[in-house]
Amino acid sequence: MAKETSIRVCMGPGGIASGGEEVLRAFGRELKKSNVKAALKKGCSMHHVGCMGLCARDVLVEVVLNGKTYTYQYVTPDMVSTIVSKHVVGGKPIKEWLVDDSYVNFIKKQTKVVLSDCGRINPESLDAYIAVGGYEATRSVLKSKTPEDTIEIIKESGLRGRGGAGFPTGRKWEFCRAVESDRKYIICNADEGDPGAFMDRALLEGNPHAVLEGMIIGAYAIGADSGYVYIRAEYPLAVERLRLALKHAKKKKLLGRNILGSGFNFDIKIKLGAGAFVCGESTALMYSIEGKRGMPRITPPRSTEAGLWGKPTVLNNVETLANIPYIIRNGANWFASFGKGKSKGTKVFALTGKIKNSGLIEVPMGISLRKIVYDIGGGIEEDKKLKAVQTGGPSGGCIPASMIDINVDYESLAKVGSIVGSGGMIVLDEDDCMVNVAKYFLQFTQSESCGKCVPCRVGTKRLLEIMERITSGRGKTSDLALLEKLGNDVKSASLCGLGQAAPNPILSTIKYFREEYEVHIAGRCPSKVCKELLTYSIIEELCKGCCACLRACSSGAITGEKKKPHRIDQSLCVKCGACFEVCKFKSVDRE
Amino acid sequence: MINLTIDGKNVIAGKDMTVLDAARRAGISIPTLCHHPKLTSFGGCRLCLVEIEGIPRPVTSCTTLVGENMVVKTSTPHIVELRKTILELLLSDHPNDCMVCEKAGDCTLQDLAYYYGISENPYEGERRTYETRDGNPFIERDMEKCILCSRCVKVCDEVQGVGAIDFAYRGFQSKICPPFERDLDCEFCGQCVAVCPTGALTGKLWAHKGRQKNVNKVDTVCTYCGTGCNLTLHVKNNDIIRVDSAMSTWNEGWLCAKGRFGYSFVSSPDRLKTPLIKKRGKFKEVSWDEALDFTASKLKNIIKKHGADSVGGLSSARCTTEENYLFQKFIRAAVGTNNVDHCARL
Amino acid sequence: MRGKDFSVEQAAGTLESLYEKYRGEKGAVIPLLQDVQEEFGYLPEEAVNWIADRLEVPRSFFFGVATFYAQFHLAPRGKNIITACSGTACHVKGSERIINFIKRDLGLTDKQETTEDMGFTLEKVNCVGVCSISPVVIINKKVHGKAAPAKILKEIKLLKKKK
Repeated sequence: MAKETSIRVCMGPGGIASGGEEVLRAFGRELKKSNVKAALKKGCSMHHVGCMGLCARDVLVEVVLNGKTYTYQYVTPDMVSTIVSKHVVGGKPIKEWLVDDSYVNFIKKQTKVVLSDCGRINPESLDAYIAVGGYEATRSVLKSKTPEDTIEIIKESGLRGRGGAGFPTGRKWEFCRAVESDRKYIICNADEGDPGAFMDRALLEGNPHAVLEGMIIGAYAIGADSGYVYIRAEYPLAVERLRLALKHAKKKKLLGRNILGSGFNFDIKIKLGAGAFVCGESTALMYSIEGKRGMPRITPPRSTEAGLWGKPTVLNNVETLANIPYIIRNGANWFASFGKGKSKGTKVFALTGKIKNSGLIEVPMGISLRKIVYDIGGGIEEDKKLKAVQTGGPSGGCIPASMIDINVDYESLAKVGSIVGSGGMIVLDEDDCMVNVAKYFLQFTQSESCGKCVPCRVGTKRLLEIMERITSGRGKTSDLALLEKLGNDVKSASLCGLGQAAPNPILSTIKYFREEYEVHIAGRCPSKVCKELLTYSIIEELCKGCCACLRACSSGAITGEKKKPHRIDQSLCVKCGACFEVCKFKSVDRE
Repeated sequence: MINLTIDGKNVIAGKDMTVLDAARRAGISIPTLCHHPKLTSFGGCRLCLVEIEGIPRPVTSCTTLVGENMVVKTSTPHIVELRKTILELLLSDHPNDCMVCEKAGDCTLQDLAYYYGISENPYEGERRTYETRDGNPFIERDMEKCILCSRCVKVCDEVQGVGAIDFAYRGFQSKICPPFERDLDCEFCGQCVAVCPTGALTGKLWAHKGRQKNVNKVDTVCTYCGTGCNLTLHVKNNDIIRVDSAMSTWNEGWLCAKGRFGYSFVSSPDRLKTPLIKKRGKFKEVSWDEALDFTASKLKNIIKKHGADSVGGLSSARCTTEENYLFQKFIRAAVGTNNVDHCARL
Repeated sequence: MRGKDFSVEQAAGTLESLYEKYRGEKGAVIPLLQDVQEEFGYLPEEAVNWIADRLEVPRSFFFGVATFYAQFHLAPRGKNIITACSGTACHVKGSERIINFIKRDLGLTDKQETTEDMGFTLEKVNCVGVCSISPVVIINKKVHGKAAPAKILKEIKLLKKKK
C-alpha cells in the first residue's frame, strides 16, 4: 500500500446500527472543506469497509497516516471534525479516543484467513478486491487446473463445512463431480438462521466477492453451470452488496459465458428466504428455492445425487465458500497448517453475550475456549463470573465454566454434547439462568419446526411445556427423567437435523447444571430470571414513599401515600420488574 | 434379486423394493401411519423406524431400499420404545374419544395404540382445537383427529390431480386445509376419506348409521358409468349406510363422488319401481306389458307418419355395454335409423 | 392501495404485471408472494388466489407456502412496524422485558400483533445479526442498538404524536 492518507469507516452490521453512515457522511463533509483540502496536498481517500470485528465499540474508524494505522472507537459524527483537523491534517492522533490495549489483544490473538480482507477493503468495489489478490484463484484454476486437481486441493486442505455439520467440502464436491447429469447446481447457503450468529452476514457485507469466487471455483470443480445464493431477506444490506458484486463480476466477465476466455460458463442468481429456520437444512432449502414449503425430505438420495429440481447439487455455506479462494491462492498445506487433528483451518465466531469484547473473531480450529473468552474476548462484562459458553446455537449445547480449557474443534465439542455449529458463541455469566437459556432455545426450535414428523412437531412442543412448567413453579420431580427420555427419543426419531438436535440445549444443561433444574422444581430461580418464580415486595424500612414505583406499575398492584411506605398487592402483580428498576433506594425486594 | 436378513430371517427381495415391502412380504409386520402403497413416500410418522447394521441412526423402512447382505432389525427394545413414544405423542394431541368416533374399530391409530398398549398420556399439554366445522356436504373434516400423515394431500394431488387441500402453517400449528381455510370445495371424490388412517376424514352421510360389526358387506359393481368400479356396500337392515372399495379391486379402491356418496337413491321413497303413463295430465302406475305396448304403438305411429329418421334413441352410460349394444341394435334394426347416442358424460 | 380496502378488480393490473415479471421463471412462488406483499402490505386472499389461478397452480399450494414462511402476513399490518429481536444475545440481555414494556405501552394482548387503530405492529424476529449491540429493536427499519425500555418507549411516543 502506498504511503497515503486514508480513512476507513466500519460499516459492518454493527457499524451501521451504531451510526456508521452518519460518521461516514461527516468525514465526507469535513474532507470537502476548502481549508482541509488545501492542507492535504497529497489528498486523502475515504471509504467504508465491512465488519472490523469489535462491534461492541462501533463506530470504529481507522486512519492510515504515513503507513501507520490508528483505530478510533465509539466514533460519533461530532467527533469527526476534531479527528480530521488534529490528526488527519495536524498529524497528531487523539490518544483518548483511540482504542486501548485490549483492542490490540483482540486483534493480535486472532488468525485471519477468511476475514483477512473483511474490514480492510471497500466491499462495494471489485477493484479493491482485485487489488488484494481477488480472483487470482479463479484465474489460476480456470487456466491451469483440472476440476479434479481443484477438488484434490480442497480435499488436502482439510476444509470442512462451516455451516454446522462439518462435512469435508472436497469430498462433497467429489461426490457431485462423479454423478453424471446434464445439469448441476451449486448453492451458497446464506440463510444464517442461528440466533446469535452473524458471521455470514459480516462476510457477505464485508467481502462479497470472496463468496462469489468460491462459488465459481466450486462450480468449475463439480461441473455446474448455474448457482444460487439463498439468503435471508432479513439481511437487506448483504443482499444489496451481493447484487452489486454480481453486477460488477458480470461486467468483468468473471461470471456468465466463457469466463476469462476459458470456455467455462457459470452464472449466479439470488433467492431471498422468507423466514424459516428449517430452510438451513439442505433439502428444505432446495424445496424453498423451488418455491415450495421448506419441509425436509428423507435422505438418501443425497443432494449431491438428486438435489435442486432433482439434479446433482452442492450446497456450501458462506464461510466455507469464502475460504476457497484463499486456499487456492496459498495452497492446501498452508491452510492445513492452522488447526488441530481433523479440524483444519480457522473458524469465524460471533462472540456475544456477557463478554467485554463482543464481536466477530477468527481463530485457528482447536484453540482453547479460555483463550477465546479471556485473551480475545477480554473476559466477562463487569468482571462477573463465567458460568457457561453456549455454542452451536439452538442445535448446540452449553459448555460449563469448569471446561473452559476445552479445545474448540468439531470432535472435542461433540464429545461434551455441544457442536461448533455455524459459529455462534454466547457467553453466559453468573446472572444467567441455565434452565431459562435451555427453554429459550427450545422455544426457538419448537416455533421453527416444520411439522412434518411427529417427534419434532409434537415432541418439541411437549418438551417446551415441561420446561415452562419447571420455570413457572409447577415442575414435578419426575419431570427431569421425562425430559431426558423424551429428549433422547426426539433426537433418535426425528427426520432432519432440526429435530435431531433440538433437545441438545436441554440435555446438555441437565448434564452440567442438574442442580439448577432441581432448585427450579423446588420453586426457586437462583439467578432471578424466571419471572414466575419471583416475588416482588417493598422493604418498608427503606421505602421513602417517593411514588416512583407506583407510577411505574402498570397493573395497579402498588398502593401507598406520598412519603409513606408503599405496598405491593401480590394478587395484582404481573412481575414485570418495573418497580425494581425504578426504585432509587433499593427498597424493592426480589426473591 | 437381493438377499438380506430381517429379524434373523433370510429374505429375497427385488432390488427396487423398500425394506418395509420386503419385510411385509416375508410376513414381518412393521407399523405405519403415513405410508400408503399407492402414494409416494412421506416418512413423517416415523413409526416404521428400523435398525440396520452399519447405520448409526434408526432409519425409516418405508424409504430405505433393500441392499445386498443388509441386516435389519425391526423391533429391538429401542425401536419399540421409540414407537411407543411416537404413539404417546400422537395421542397426547388427539381427542381420544374412540367411543363416539365414527372410525372406531376401523382405525389404524386405535389399532396401534391397542397393539403397543398405550393407555396413559404422560404429557399434559396443549391439544389443537378447532371450532369451525367444514360446511361442505359430503366430507366430515375433524382436524383435531388429524395426525398430518399427508395421505389425503397426496391422494388429492397424485391420484386425483386436484390439489384441493395442502399443508398449511407449520410446526405444532400445522393443519391440512383448503386455501384460506375456507370450506372444502372440490369434486368430493372422497379419495381422501378412503386413505385417512384416523377418524379425521369420514363421510357425513355415514355419521351414526352403524358400527362396522353391524354391517353386512356386499361386493358389487357401480352402476353409474361404464367404468365399472368395484364397490363394497355396507348394508344394515337392508339399507346401504356406506360405500367403499377395496385396494385389491381393479380400480385400486379409488372411486368418484357418485360411486362413493351417491347411494341414497337406492332406498329413496321417490324411486320409480313401475313404469308410469300420463293419463289426463297425471302419471299412473302401469304394468311393464302395458307400458311397452303403449311405447311400441306410439313409435310405430310416428315412424309411419314422419319416417324412421324422426325418431332418435338416447341411452344411458349407467347401462352395461351389452345393454347399450342391444339398444343401438334396436334403434338401427327395429326402428331403422342411425339417430342413436348415449350420455357418456357423467 | 395498502391496508384493509383491497379490491381485486383494482389490483388486477398490478397483479398482471407481477405475473409477467416472473413469467417462465422456475420456482417463482416465493418471490411472487414477496412482491405481492411489498405491493399491498400483506397478502390479500383474493390476490393470492388470483396469482394461483393465473399460474394454474392449486390455490391450496399457495396458501401452504404463504403460511409456512414467517415473513408473510395474511392480515393488514400497522402503519409503524416495530421489530424486536429475540435472538440469543438479545434474549440474555433482556429482550423479553423490552417486548413486555412495548406491549403494555401499545396495549397489545399476548396473541395480538397489531393495535386496534392499525397504528403499530409489534413483531418478534429471531436474530437480525447485530448481536454485539444487543438488545436490538428495529423501528420502521431503523436499528436501535443497546435498547433500553425508556429509549424505545420515547421513540414510540414520537411516532404516536406524528399521526
